[in-house]
Amino acid sequence: MSATVPLACKPGDYKSDTKPIWCPGCGDYHVLLSITRAFAALNLPPEQLAVVSGIGCSSRIPAYTSCYGFHGVHGRSLAVGAGLKVARPDMTVVVASGDGDGYSIGGNHFMHACRRNVDLTYIVMDNHIYGMTKGQPSPTTEPDFDTALSPGGTGLRPFNPLVIALASGANFIARAFSGHVNETAKIIVEAVHHPGFSFVEILSPCVTYRPDQRAWKDCVRSAPVEPTDDAARAARRLMTDDGFNLGVLYRGDRWPYQPRAAATVTDLAEFEKGFEI
Amino acid sequence: MTTGAMLLEAACAAGWNGLLTRSVGPQIRGGEAAALVRLAVEPVECLADHFDLLVGIDWMNAQRFEAEIPLHPGAIIVNDPAVGEPPAAMRAAAGRVIELPITALIKANPAWRANMIALGATAELLGLDSEVLHALISKRFSDKGESVVAASVAAIEAGAAAMAAEAGVAKLARAQKTDVRRWLITGNEATALGALRGGIRFAAAYPITPASEILEWLAPNLPKVGGALVQAEDELASINMIIGSSYGGVPSITATSGPGFSLMIEALGLATAAEVPIVVVNVMRGGPSTGIPTKSEQADLNIAVYGLHGDAPHIVVAPQSVPDCLLTTQWATHLAESLQTAAIVLSDQFVGQAQVAVSRPADVAFIGQRLKATQFEEPYKRYALGGNGVSPMAIPGTRGGQYTADGLTHTERGTPTSGGRDHLAQLDKRRDKLDLHDYGGLWATLEGEGEIAVLTWGSLTGAVREAIARAARDGVKVRLIAPRLLMPVRPAEMAAALEGVTRLLVVEQTHSAQFHRYLRAHYTLPANTSVFHRPGPLPMRPGEIHRQIMQGAAS
Ligand SMILES: Cc1ncc(C[n+]2csc(CCOP(=O)(O)OP(=O)(O)O)c2C)c(N)n1
Ligand code: SF4
Ligand SMILES: [Mg+2]
Repeated sequence: MSATVPLACKPGDYKSDTKPIWCPGCGDYHVLLSITRAFAALNLPPEQLAVVSGIGCSSRIPAYTSCYGFHGVHGRSLAVGAGLKVARPDMTVVVASGDGDGYSIGGNHFMHACRRNVDLTYIVMDNHIYGMTKGQPSPTTEPDFDTALSPGGTGLRPFNPLVIALASGANFIARAFSGHVNETAKIIVEAVHHPGFSFVEILSPCVTYRPDQRAWKDCVRSAPVEPTDDAARAARRLMTDDGFNLGVLYRGDRWPYQPRAAATVTDLAEFEKGFEI
Repeated sequence: MTTGAMLLEAACAAGWNGLLTRSVGPQIRGGEAAALVRLAVEPVECLADHFDLLVGIDWMNAQRFEAEIPLHPGAIIVNDPAVGEPPAAMRAAAGRVIELPITALIKANPAWRANMIALGATAELLGLDSEVLHALISKRFSDKGESVVAASVAAIEAGAAAMAAEAGVAKLARAQKTDVRRWLITGNEATALGALRGGIRFAAAYPITPASEILEWLAPNLPKVGGALVQAEDELASINMIIGSSYGGVPSITATSGPGFSLMIEALGLATAAEVPIVVVNVMRGGPSTGIPTKSEQADLNIAVYGLHGDAPHIVVAPQSVPDCLLTTQWATHLAESLQTAAIVLSDQFVGQAQVAVSRPADVAFIGQRLKATQFEEPYKRYALGGNGVSPMAIPGTRGGQYTADGLTHTERGTPTSGGRDHLAQLDKRRDKLDLHDYGGLWATLEGEGEIAVLTWGSLTGAVREAIARAARDGVKVRLIAPRLLMPVRPAEMAAALEGVTRLLVVEQTHSAQFHRYLRAHYTLPANTSVFHRPGPLPMRPGEIHRQIMQGAAS
């Protein structure tokens, strides 16, 4: 199908005419821009791309693209994306999520998706808050961050998604910043090209419930080191960085999980033989 | 355990029909186990009221099975005197004990196995030809070497010889061998085969008793037809995976039991709202909570029918026998695909794990046929209104059909909205597509005539049918009404089925009479309606239903 189609290749062709519900200034606008630029650079027709998500501000992104989209229930996007990719290996699947959707309610799927290593790209727009439900703490919220639901802060240590991804077997790990649209697009392209489960955590400020995150643009920096394929080195790097090192941080070489094979039986009557006496 | 399966297979080869269920103690492996076999010339769909023959290889913890293995004064217990006595209550219930010196025979012939001696004795008492058993031994044990085959045959002969002198044992009525192809199959296997025949090519699931055999059958066989099974990390993942694969255009299934089914409820609603066809098999076990994993109950009716939040019309069907698991699952796949919705198959532990010897079930033509969008008017409306409510679905990869499937209330294009008009229009659409469908005669099993009727469902249908046959022999005519389609309800068809019924008996296996409440909510029942319900774990026996029918008939 894809080979015969003259390709669009312009980022605008991957944008739908649906107007985003996001607050003005939300980091997710930039993520959308990065995604459409990445898709254009990938040179794939929109019908060969699927964007799958759960629930949250960030998870609204599929309908803002012109690709096939799936906006499911809270926390289960990785399962939907894996089912789609295993059943339809010809599709390019991008799963989009937020820190609540992906690390809290969907945390178990995150670990197992890393381990299963289906060939898809997982983008998490991390704003260290539940934006959609108006500002409750997420697994990546700082312990002293005061919210109505956590007066005085949770007192809990934030979750380190990159370390967990590495420990669980993700095949590609990167961190990006929504404000760096071109760099983020490049990372997404690389993530899609990389076989297996590719995880891209994008720091994407919630200007409404985390106005303090406007300062992120001054905190982020390119990681001072090259990507590594050595998991032990990557672990040290990920466990000691301050959460603001950007770039591809780990590239593994595990073979992707793809159990679908060519049919060997065409006549279903074959299966009856096992029951006959 | 293999002894029971071999007895069933040999009897099946000799032309009998039969049913085998197993009962085991709480140990994960080993421990006490009983194979419960019923054989007859006519098709067997349930256990009888009593067993005629109990063969004990040893009696350790056998008192656990007292309630499950009712005996009667005509029953025989076969006992090896060297391993002790049968439990007192069983001994008291049975009319006769025959000794079979298994231990002594093995002492003299160490290569012999106790279960083969017991099998030989059983075959002799039943009147089963030894040739059939010998053929079976060769088939099953030939890869273990000739000496194993020879020892097994000798052990069987010895068991038979030990019984040969026993006078006055009623043999089974002789079965006629026919040319019809015969199958040995469990309900869970039949479910899996029905899924494959219906067009299922993807499965994702998490293991659970008593549904795992469905998955274990599909795991090696789906790849042979170009499909796949993924073992998911939990049931939340498994149902969402099949939503993803089906969204991708591949008919998909998952199978589970109560605890897993509970976890799937949110995503079932997603499948109905986003109109993604999926088939979810719930092999019911005793509940609530972890309940009784290895025993049957019909108490997931409420959650299957009403468990989803919001108004979420979906399909609920229930197989009525082991071979009917094939038909019903195939039909469910067809319905899910044609109506672009979630179809729940409410099987249960009894039909799921029972193995039967039956004639090959007839073929049915149901194949999943999804209405696909290939030509697009700009812009494509995935959830277009009009017609019978089924709107053409674009499959990813199809140019021009890009849309976002959504569980949020949406417009015809799939765009989220909180507008009342779109909400109502899409609710109507999803209701109408199910209501307007012609489900044909499969919606229910309707048999017999008369002013008395029994209304039941699922795996109880066989026991009710047998109770009705007994009532007929007593001169009481009773109708059988057993809906296979539980959702959507069919008021006109049910009214026709109940036409002229003056007394109705509702029979179900729940503690709270869920089926009766469901019937009252959706159908008009005769004024004279009574309900016979009890929970598991013991399977419903035809005798207890027959008594209920006759009590009312006498009054
Ligand atoms: C099962 C379930 N529980 C709770 C919710 C409410 N809910 C909607 S979005 C959300 C949190 C989203 O946070 P995140 O993924 O970080 O997305 P953000 O809005 O910050 O982009 C919650 C709790 C829901 N929709 N479903
Ligand atoms: S609440 Fe925060 S995350 Fe949500 S749209 Fe507004 S700025 Fe973005
Ligand atoms: Mg968030």
